[in-house]
Amino acid sequence: MASDSPASRAPSAPPPRKLPALEPETAFFWTSGADGMMRIQRCVACRTWQHPPLPRCATCGSEQLAPEPVSGKGQVISYTVNYEAWLPGLPVPFVLAAVELAEQTGLHVLANLDGPPAAARIGLPVRVRFEQHEDVWLPFFAAEDGL
Amino acid sequence: MTALPEKQICVTGAAQSEVARPSSRSALQLTADACLAAIADAGLSPRQIDGIATYPGKSAEGGGIAPVSTAEAAAVLGLSPRWTLTSSEGFSHMAPIFNAITAIACGLARHVVVFRTVAQASARVQARASTLMGGRGTRVEGTNAWTVPFGALSPINMFALYAQAYFDKYGATEAQLGALAVNARRNAAHNPAAIYKAPLTLDDYLASRVISSPLRLYDCDAHVDGATAIVLSHRDTAKDLRNPPLHIEATGMAVGSLWVGRHEGDFTTLPAARRAGEMLWSRTSLKPADLDCAQIYDGFSIHMWLWMEALGLVPQGEACRFVEGGTRIALDGELPLNTGGGQLSAGRLHGYGHIHEACVQLWNRGGGRQVADARTCLISNGGFGYGAMILRRD
Repeated sequence: MASDSPASRAPSAPPPRKLPALEPETAFFWTSGADGMMRIQRCVACRTWQHPPLPRCATCGSEQLAPEPVSGKGQVISYTVNYEAWLPGLPVPFVLAAVELAEQTGLHVLANLDGPPAAARIGLPVRVRFEQHEDVWLPFFAAEDGL
Repeated sequence: MTALPEKQICVTGAAQSEVARPSSRSALQLTADACLAAIADAGLSPRQIDGIATYPGKSAEGGGIAPVSTAEAAAVLGLSPRWTLTSSEGFSHMAPIFNAITAIACGLARHVVVFRTVAQASARVQARASTLMGGRGTRVEGTNAWTVPFGALSPINMFALYAQAYFDKYGATEAQLGALAVNARRNAAHNPAAIYKAPLTLDDYLASRVISSPLRLYDCDAHVDGATAIVLSHRDTAKDLRNPPLHIEATGMAVGSLWVGRHEGDFTTLPAARRAGEMLWSRTSLKPADLDCAQIYDGFSIHMWLWMEALGLVPQGEACRFVEGGTRIALDGELPLNTGGGQLSAGRLHGYGHIHEACVQLWNRGGGRQVADARTCLISNGGFGYGAMILRRD
């Protein structure tokens, strides 16, 4: 009988949550939550936000880009409730949501959604929170009225 | 439009290896099986083949997604190609076909064999996680870093977002989506090479487990071991060959921003696939109503709705109602879809099963799944990069 206790997992078993590598263009996003703020890359020239980050503004071509804090507020554009434990120890079910940030139409961030899967719906107003895992601050979204 | 390069090129041979879950034959053996059979089907010998191409080329990533290189295939087939190509991205699965078209039209080769081999079933026997997206390192890099840390280790999670948004926007139902899996299985019953041939009812579909809502087990294609090959030839040579030439009536291609993790639109469309569709129809006088059947990419069932709308086969938001009940997409319906079972029932040959099936239909080799007097067939491939083409028989 399988058990979920940590002791039952072999030491070499993959961790339930595989963390992102901190790469030069993305490290700011994954460490931004250290002060509780989400940051998104923004073009200094035309003020367009873009995510995931790129070394050049896809809208105006400027290379003058910098991370800027966002409100962390948005709404669920779509979601899915995942029931398959892809890796041993991956807790299921969980909700993966695509959130459109309040700052700009079409500015999407994917992350897990807190709360019961049955409460997930498109259009749900949400706000970000962070969880530190090693040197990564993973974003999670929670319903605005649930905070 | 006769000057368009694809109009000068024909499909002259097509074949598949054994398709199994898993196969006892190696990926390279399966490749040779398919290529040699396709070359013979065209009425050619390997020494007449002067070009070879594949997607995506051999990958060090493992997982059976890309186990064979053109160099290995050329060696095992005894070819001395003047022209070779591997294309690991761009307009996706059909890239080597589109590139072979231009190579032949430019005189770099006369007869090109294009193959696609997968060994994902064998890879999964060795390690179930091998086909997931997390990579081998302790941390995940690149585009997958935007999904994998959130437990989204399979592409189903990504396309489930599209399915849910589509359901919400257009009021689509699970039964409408299930019509695709049921249609695939009904057609697969007449395809001896299909992986799954046992009858599947809509009730079976609705009772199957949800993997990533709203997508269920039967919305997923099935990993297999197998190879597909086609021979492309200049039309000037085709009249001397064994089969009636299948004209490449039109091609369309586009690369999308999903490769870099960016979603365009509201998750109910694949805008880049629409661009591929617009290119396709701009290169032919045919209209969607002229199609006798279509092989639409079904890595996950939802891809079919997104592709059907991107290609203008149905108006935006109407694919769900078009397929409902399965009548209009059946073998005797107004647009028969995925006549060999698609990837959902015939196995994940990564788009090339669809290309092979188009050839089967147009060469009247379909047996119990033959669409009466099929002369035009549209094929679409890809979930991240997009290719489409129309094959036509005189």
